[in-house]
Amino acid sequence: MTKATQQITAQRDVQGSFLHRFANPGRFLRLSRWLLPILSVSACVLLAVGLIWALYVAPADWQQGDAVRIMYIHVPMAILASSGYAALAVCGALSLVWKHPLADLAAVEIGPVGAVITALCLITGSLWGKPMWGTWWVWDARLTSVLVLFFLYLGHIALIQAFDDPQRGYRAAAVLALAGAIDLPIIKFSVTWWNTLHQPDSITLTHAPAMALSMLLPLAICMAGFTLGFAALVVGRVTSAILETRAQQMLTRRLRQGETA
Amino acid sequence: MTVTRTVSQRRMTRKTRRLWLVLSCLACFAVATALVLNAFSSSIVFFMAPSQVLKTPPAPDRVIRLGGMVVAGSLRRTVQGQSPVNLFQVTDGQAAIEVRFEGILPDLFREGQSVVALGTWVPGKDFAASEVLAKHDETYMPREVAEALQRSGKWDPRFGKPPSAESWNTMTRNEAQASRANSGSPLP
Repeated sequence: MTKATQQITAQRDVQGSFLHRFANPGRFLRLSRWLLPILSVSACVLLAVGLIWALYVAPADWQQGDAVRIMYIHVPMAILASSGYAALAVCGALSLVWKHPLADLAAVEIGPVGAVITALCLITGSLWGKPMWGTWWVWDARLTSVLVLFFLYLGHIALIQAFDDPQRGYRAAAVLALAGAIDLPIIKFSVTWWNTLHQPDSITLTHAPAMALSMLLPLAICMAGFTLGFAALVVGRVTSAILETRAQQMLTRRLRQGETA
Repeated sequence: MTVTRTVSQRRMTRKTRRLWLVLSCLACFAVATALVLNAFSSSIVFFMAPSQVLKTPPAPDRVIRLGGMVVAGSLRRTVQGQSPVNLFQVTDGQAAIEVRFEGILPDLFREGQSVVALGTWVPGKDFAASEVLAKHDETYMPREVAEALQRSGKWDPRFGKPPSAESWNTMTRNEAQASRANSGSPLP
């Protein structure tokens, strides 16, 4: 073996072992046994604190009045809708390129959670828009691109279950997830590239947030709580999906043994 | 030449090949989307600014959206028959257009607020709006801060957006100090 090929195989092993460390469903189950309670409990605690702070303690806005409190749910939903789709795209890449089996399972479970979150983002935004803008809906770039994201989620859910052979469904859905990821920068920059009715981001990397600290703190806590809750939902769903397949395998094995006996 | 090719071929494992395929497909798709969005950017914008409308007047029967800030002191409300009639000017800082809207304005509508009006425009006439939407900016500010900023004289909501949040603390602190000094001194 030459030195070069030795290096290449060593590299491949490192890459493979890193990516496939969590490909083992048994290892994932051991991980989720302690991760899931931590995620769920911390999400519940943070959401209880954050939502009470946001809905009762935080000050009303000088213009929007109490309608500003919709923001504490709308903004985390909007960020999680995009992040959830980014996670779906990462799962798609892991599935197409590295044939990672857990990535397919995760993609199946992220889809419905992300779709519900995107729907909540659209609904809360609409409820805010009616009293503030004077309309439930406009076809501006931000609102339209988020609606497209919602349909991408629905398409992903439908596609991943559309084939009798699950592997074909996984592959088609992974392609959709990767192609649809192009919508994420459009959502993010829609408010800066084009003029929209939707306001630009209040919190940016380059400028100080255009939000009072008394509103920013409860928003940050709600954001952390919803993010952990999202993670807990996905980990819990993947865990139960693995357990379901195992239970089915066990049942079929027992049935087969019964037939032969 | 042939040696390098075989080495590179050996290095391209099936995974790497798939990775490059996925990446190049994504890059092509991204470029295509960027070109399409760029080509349609004039129709993706939600509204036109008054200076744009004046520079390139739309066809008289074409419905457009006019966006900008309501000029301070320009709002006049009258009642014609049963319905309220609102007249106000919308500006982008360079030009202003008079808007006429029959109906009830949204709650957030005020002088100094950004609005978007849907309607038709003929040069030399008022913009005939059939719908007026209020546009909210990215500022989230409690009532106390807004009142303190206005009292300090650093910001008048009728002339546009509040100053950046970084300056609120120092401004309101100065204002608080000033008011304390004022209340301490005997009134004339």
